[in-house]
Amino acid sequence: MKRNLNLNKVKVSRQTEIAPGVFVLSFPRPWDFSAGQVLGIGTHATDEARLYSIASGELDDEVDVLYSINPGGKLTPWLSKIVTGDNIWVSEPFGSFTGTDDPAWWIASGTGIAPFSAMFRSGLTAGKKLIHGGRDLNSFYFNKDFSGFFKEKYVRCCSRDSAEGIYDGRITKYLSELPQLPANEKYYLCGSAEMVVEVRDILIEKGIPFDNIISEIYF
Amino acid sequence: MPEIKEYLFGKTLAELTEIAGTLDLPKYTGGQLAYWLYKTDIDSFDGMTNVSKKTRNILAEHYDVGVQAPVNVQESTDGTKKYLFRAGSGKFIEAAYIPDGKRHTLCVSSQVGCKMGCLFCMTGKQGFQGHLTTGEILNQLRSIPERKEMTNVVYMGMGEPFDNLDAVMKSLEILTAEYGFAISVRKVTVSTIGIVPAMRVFLEKSKCNLAVSLHTPFDEERRRLMPIQNVYPLKDVVETIREFDIGKYRRVSFEYIMFKEVNDTRRHVNELARVLNKVKSRINLIRFHPIPGTPLLGSDEAAIADFQQALNDKGIVTTLRASRGQDIDAACGLLSTKELVKAQTLE
Repeated sequence: MKRNLNLNKVKVSRQTEIAPGVFVLSFPRPWDFSAGQVLGIGTHATDEARLYSIASGELDDEVDVLYSINPGGKLTPWLSKIVTGDNIWVSEPFGSFTGTDDPAWWIASGTGIAPFSAMFRSGLTAGKKLIHGGRDLNSFYFNKDFSGFFKEKYVRCCSRDSAEGIYDGRITKYLSELPQLPANEKYYLCGSAEMVVEVRDILIEKGIPFDNIISEIYF
Repeated sequence: MPEIKEYLFGKTLAELTEIAGTLDLPKYTGGQLAYWLYKTDIDSFDGMTNVSKKTRNILAEHYDVGVQAPVNVQESTDGTKKYLFRAGSGKFIEAAYIPDGKRHTLCVSSQVGCKMGCLFCMTGKQGFQGHLTTGEILNQLRSIPERKEMTNVVYMGMGEPFDNLDAVMKSLEILTAEYGFAISVRKVTVSTIGIVPAMRVFLEKSKCNLAVSLHTPFDEERRRLMPIQNVYPLKDVVETIREFDIGKYRRVSFEYIMFKEVNDTRRHVNELARVLNKVKSRINLIRFHPIPGTPLLGSDEAAIADFQQALNDKGIVTTLRASRGQDIDAACGLLSTKELVKAQTLE
């Protein structure tokens, strides 16, 4: 069944596997967008589009899309076989999970880092702290860029592996252990529904007004 | 380990006919199967008495009927019942049966858990464990003792129906078709938080009623309550509904849970009137049933009554939904199988 997002053909300029089963796919930027927005991707013009956050900056020449293969999925196994010069079909960008210049905590799990990568690459970094959760040490996509810039304001929480400089445990454990969180800052959450609702509950329990919590979910 | 066969329950007439063809059975076998699956109480091929023994054996070789009894039922003091069903390994779903005089409503689930993460919903707190198949959706109706009394079916249980569109659309066909459960499209309502592309498919292909979770007409407030607002804002939802000619038989309603000092002010009344201008619809106010850890409170009764009156005064037909089954956590927004899923995972 057609989900009625208008999809247009673009030629893929590059595809890189940045971790096992996790890819960054790039194509020349055909439109302006706001960092944090999503786009629909399909295998043909009338396909049922799947939504992905854009991971590149607003002024970058190319649009980057970060995704992981869902083995049972319709799109990502196909997408992972795409090579330079192949066509994919994309919608125009949309959505309002967009960054601002205000101080904020960016909290992501897995490929939920993508909108924060776009905000980072668009220069919306003042007063930001980035918390990224992942299962193993390969899960911290773009970590070299982030750690070089954010230093101690970039926290990686790893649930299965241990390493120096990496918090040993899930994001929820890390946040629960913090004695205090600034109540007047914004908290942007992006990831699985489980992560978003659990983190949101912890933030509310710690006194963050729900008005200051903005969530983006995968679906 | 016994072989797991595909289920016939949940197949459309076209699919059953195709299966009959594939198995070299007479074409009319499809119609016979639809009759036994959707109009009777049989739960095995043996009960299909007008199907030849040979055909039954062929069917049993390749398929199971696929009807599953509920594993538990709780009954409220107000007569509401909450049924628990298995939906795959370690997964459970709930359905609520709500009797009200001559009206008997079944509230069915479409997913195990939910991805949408609405701030006020208990189902959202358990995360997402999977989509229901068409058969699993319809089984909630087929397998309860009150099945034959049912007058209305609402897709307002666990999950977001339009995030599982294909299975939901197929279930609507079987629910409303003459060969299926033959329930009038006017008695079936699908509730959504507003996944616009899927909602458009529904409006094009189905004549069933639509209910949209609105909860506040202001964008910023709505995205705090419902993350979907970031992707499909309310204005797109309303514009899409406006595009369709909502005839006198299809009803569109907007669900509005009343949160104290969050969305129950005169400012909200005025904005609702502006946003819903010229949309043939009604608003259904719902009392909030607090969930653990929520920062939200329910509006008090006087505020709800004032709000309802103010909307009616603006010409918007506004009703207040009765809270049913609260003592067994069957009321709106309270369905959850999180503890059961967790327990199964730990076993």
